[in-house]
Formats: sequence, C-alpha cells, structure tokens
Amino acid sequence: MNIMTDTQSLTPESTAHVRIENVSKVFHGGRKGDVEALRPVSLDIKRGEFVSILGPSGCGKSTLLMLLSGLLGPSAGNIRIDGKKVDGPNSDLGIVFQQDVLLEWRGALDNVLLQAEIRGADMKEAEAKARSLLSMVSLTGFEDAYPRELSGGMRQRVSICRALLHEPPLLLMDEPFGALDAMTRDQLQIDLMKLCAERDMTVFFITHSIPEAVFLSDRVVVMTPRPGRIEDIVEIDLPRPRRLAMREDPKFTSYVRSLTETFKTLGVFREEY
Amino acid sequence: MTSVPDHSPRIRNDIFRRIGAIVPPALWTLLLLVIFWQAIVTLRNIPEYILPAPSQIAGEIGNYWHRLLPNALVTLSEIALGYSLAVLIAVPLAVSIVYSQVMQRAVYPLIVLSQTVPKVAVAPLLLTWFGYGMTPKIVIVIMMSFFPIVINSVMGLRATTPEMLYLARSMGANGWQVFWKFRLPKALPSVFAGLRLATVLSVIGAIIAEFIGADKGLGYLILIAGANFDIARQFAAIILITVIGMSFFGIISWLERRLIPWQEQPQLDGKG
Ligand SMILES: Nc1ncnc2c1ncn2[C@@H]1O[C@H](COP(=O)(O)OP(=O)(O)OP(=O)(O)O)[C@@H](O)[C@H]1O
Ligand SMILES: [Mg+2]
Repeated sequence: MNIMTDTQSLTPESTAHVRIENVSKVFHGGRKGDVEALRPVSLDIKRGEFVSILGPSGCGKSTLLMLLSGLLGPSAGNIRIDGKKVDGPNSDLGIVFQQDVLLEWRGALDNVLLQAEIRGADMKEAEAKARSLLSMVSLTGFEDAYPRELSGGMRQRVSICRALLHEPPLLLMDEPFGALDAMTRDQLQIDLMKLCAERDMTVFFITHSIPEAVFLSDRVVVMTPRPGRIEDIVEIDLPRPRRLAMREDPKFTSYVRSLTETFKTLGVFREEY
Repeated sequence: MTSVPDHSPRIRNDIFRRIGAIVPPALWTLLLLVIFWQAIVTLRNIPEYILPAPSQIAGEIGNYWHRLLPNALVTLSEIALGYSLAVLIAVPLAVSIVYSQVMQRAVYPLIVLSQTVPKVAVAPLLLTWFGYGMTPKIVIVIMMSFFPIVINSVMGLRATTPEMLYLARSMGANGWQVFWKFRLPKALPSVFAGLRLATVLSVIGAIIAEFIGADKGLGYLILIAGANFDIARQFAAIILITVIGMSFFGIISWLERRLIPWQEQPQLDGKG
C-alpha cells in the first residue's frame, strides 16, 4: 500500500492532460466552522484515460470534481489542464452533477439542448444529436416530458445526455448511474465505454460501486474517509473492449476483492456482527 | 369510441358527470345560496330597502345599465392603468434588488417597511396633491398592487439554486443567459403568485380611491346610492365590481397556466 503524496504520483508534464498538484479544500464559515473536505491530493490523468474515484460518502469526491471544473477554487495547490492553470469556470468540459440539475420548465429534449443554446451552437444539428443521445439512453418518446414527469433514473439519464451533447474532450461524472436500476446501469456502462472509444474522451468518474469502477476504468483512485486523501491508485489491466461477461473473469474479481480489502483496512467496511 | 349497448343508469350518470365537469361544484353552491336568498326575501316579505331579492337586483342592473356601464368603465380603466404601471415598476425594481447589493440593503427594507403605512390614510393626501381626476385613483391602485409583485418577484428571482448557477457557469453562460434562461423562468411561478394577489388588491384600491373623492366610478355610485338608501342599486354596483375583479383574476390565472405549463396545477376536485 503506497500513500500518494507530493509529486511522486505525477508523470512527466508532456503526457498529463489533467494535473492535480497538492490540491486541498477547506470550506470556511459554515455552521460547524471550517470543514476540511479534502487533504492535499495529487493525481495525473492522461488524455483518453478513464479514471474512477472510489471513496466513502463525505470524503470529498464531489469537492474534487468541483475543483477540477473550476467552479470552486482550491484552498491550496494547483490544477492544470493541458498545462493551463484552472482559475475560473472551465466550459470546455461536460459535467454530470450528483443531483441531475434539470430545469423544471424545460422538457427532456430542451434540457439537453440547453447546452447547445448557451454555447450558441447550430441548433438543427444539436437537435439531431440530442435526439440520438436520448435514444441511446432509451428515452425515445419522452422528449417532451417535463422533469417532474420523469423518474429519478430517467432524469439522471437526461442530464448525462446534456453533458455529452457538445462532445467535450473531458467528462466529469459524479455518481451518474447511482439512481439507475442494475440493467439500465449495465447498458449505460457499455454505452459510455463505446463513446469514450469513439471520441477519445477523458473521463473522471465518481462512484460508490467497486465493480463499476473496475469494469469501466483504466485506473481506480481509492480515497480515505473524510477528510479525504488518496490512499491508493490501482491500474486495471483488463483488455478492451470489455464485455459484461468479463465480470466473472478471475482477474476482474481479484481486483474487486483487493479493493474491498483496502476499504476494510480503511475502516469503511466492518464485517463483525 | 366503442359502441357499448346502452344501459340507462350508466348513461344518466355520465351526463351528470359531464355537466359536473363543465360547471364547477362551487357554482352549484352559489346557485343554491341565491335561490335560498330569493326564497327568504319572498316568503318573509322583507322590504326592498332592507334586503332586495336577487330578482330585484337583477332588474336594477337592467334598468340602471346606462349609468352602471360608463361608471364601470371608469373604474375598470383606473384598475387596468394602475395595475399595468405597478407591474412595470415592480418587476424591474425586483430585478434591481436581486442584482444590486445597494438596492437590496438601502431600498428593499424601506419598501417592506412602507407596507405598515395604511394606504387609506394616505388617500386624502393624494387627493390634495393630484385633484379629483383619474391620477389619485391610479396612484392608489399602484400603491396597493405594487407590493405583492415586488416581494414575490424578489423571492422568485432568488429561488435559483447554487446547482443551477454551477451548471450555467460550466456551460460558459454569460449574465444575460443566466437571467433569461435560468433566473427568470425559475422566478415565473412566484411572480405570478404576486400578480394574482395584486389583481384583488388593485380592485380594492380603485374602490377606496373613489370612496374618498370622485364624481365617477362604481365606488362613487355605491356612495351616492347609499346616501339615498337605495340598497338594490348598491348591490348592482357591488356585483359589477365583483365581476370585474373575478374576470381580472381569471385572466391572470389563465395567463399563468399558459406561461407556466410545467407547473402542476393544484387539483380542486380532491382527486389529486
Ligand atoms: N459548500 C460546502 N460548505 C461546507 N462544507 C461542505 C460544502 N460542500 C461539501 N462540504 C463538506 O465537505 C465534505 C466532502 O463533501 P463532498 O460533497 O465532496 O463529499 P462526497 O465524497 O462527494 O460524498 P458523497 O459520496 O456522499 O457524495 C463533507 O464533509 C461536506 O460536509
Ligand atoms: Mg458527492
């Protein structure tokens, strides 16, 4: 078990697409005083890489995502994307927020199209793309449905389409499949991997599910309970394209088992009863 | 449509249900009350100068229509003008309060505080300043209806969640886009709650203003009829005012349903 500190986990400048350098975050002035949400964290993400963040609730995963997007500023440290320091909202990416954040006055299609409207994109083209994304997540027929007429899982799928519409080079996803049933989840995992292969997209993916992280990722980042820091980074050396049956593969299950062990030693799982 | 053999009880039930769907239950209650009123007055021989029967009031509206109509139009235009001006002042003011720290801290508290001043008390003063014409009436209507629009619009414009603003910024939205595509639509339901409330208050404002000093309008007619102990004529004017108020409220509610189709309509039939 190697604890990641400082720059020891960093690769040479040239290959890093996203570089997180000793980034920490303290929330000031809440009712509970200052909250240390994130201990100094360093991580490099290569272009086209799929990186999952695994960690218990409240360990600072969403905070790290907000820092990456530039929507929040770090208390210390630096984030660089393609060598450029992030010091404000970065619009050159797609975000799936933990809550779906759909606008209740827009139908499903119009919620997806918001992305194109704000960016001043060609709306005809955007609409065709939005419709095909919605059909990819099995929402054909719900284009005009208002968010209140959709289930939690459907809403989350709309927000995934919104994040993908402008074909961002970098996709940040905060538990995007959390509200989905197991079957839809399996399908979307495969669809997401397909899109990544087609678009050469870099993905920063937050999840609570160990098998999901192993199935999707090139690397899995393990975080400690709050205040979070990186406990371990596991390379997932499984061939692509990956198929659902791969989840019974001994190599796959051994990754899942060893990650489960890591969380047990961190005190996240307690098995005695 | 499937053609099922007719079973008369079923059909009769359907007809009743269809009538019930067109005519809201509250209207039936109202009709019952009117019939009850008519019956009491007729059976007990209550004289017209104490309580006229609905039929006598209806007759009065017919006979007196040539005077009722022009005066109703005066009151109506006071309401329409005052209300429109109130909207034109209140909504931009609310926007400025939400967007400007100075307005929020130096002006907004005063607007809230000013509501403790009873508007009826100020009305005679307005008469002194603006004379007997339309102006003081319009000013009072504005004063009455302006406040709920400001308060509700401010509340609505503040209802935008931090998450929505994060989303906007992550898309690179500029200030205009944040206002038009996020804040304003989010605020609409609340703005309309204020607009609806303001319709009722604007009617009250117009009548108060006419009570205090006027030579036209339904409020003026009520005052004159009262001085002559003409109860039926007072009822006639009251009914006209009520019709104006209800129609106004109905128009704004209709507009609300058209402009905010995403909102779930409150179910009044108890099935919702
Ligand atoms: N705006 C904020 N103000 C104050 N404290 C905050 C704020 N946002 C997050 N926190 C705190 O920071 C810590 C990390 O929060 P964060 O949302 O990043 O956790 P998370 O790992 O995403 O958890 P979950 O898996 O439950 O979503 C929490 O303890 C939380 O209380
Ligand atoms: Mg989170």
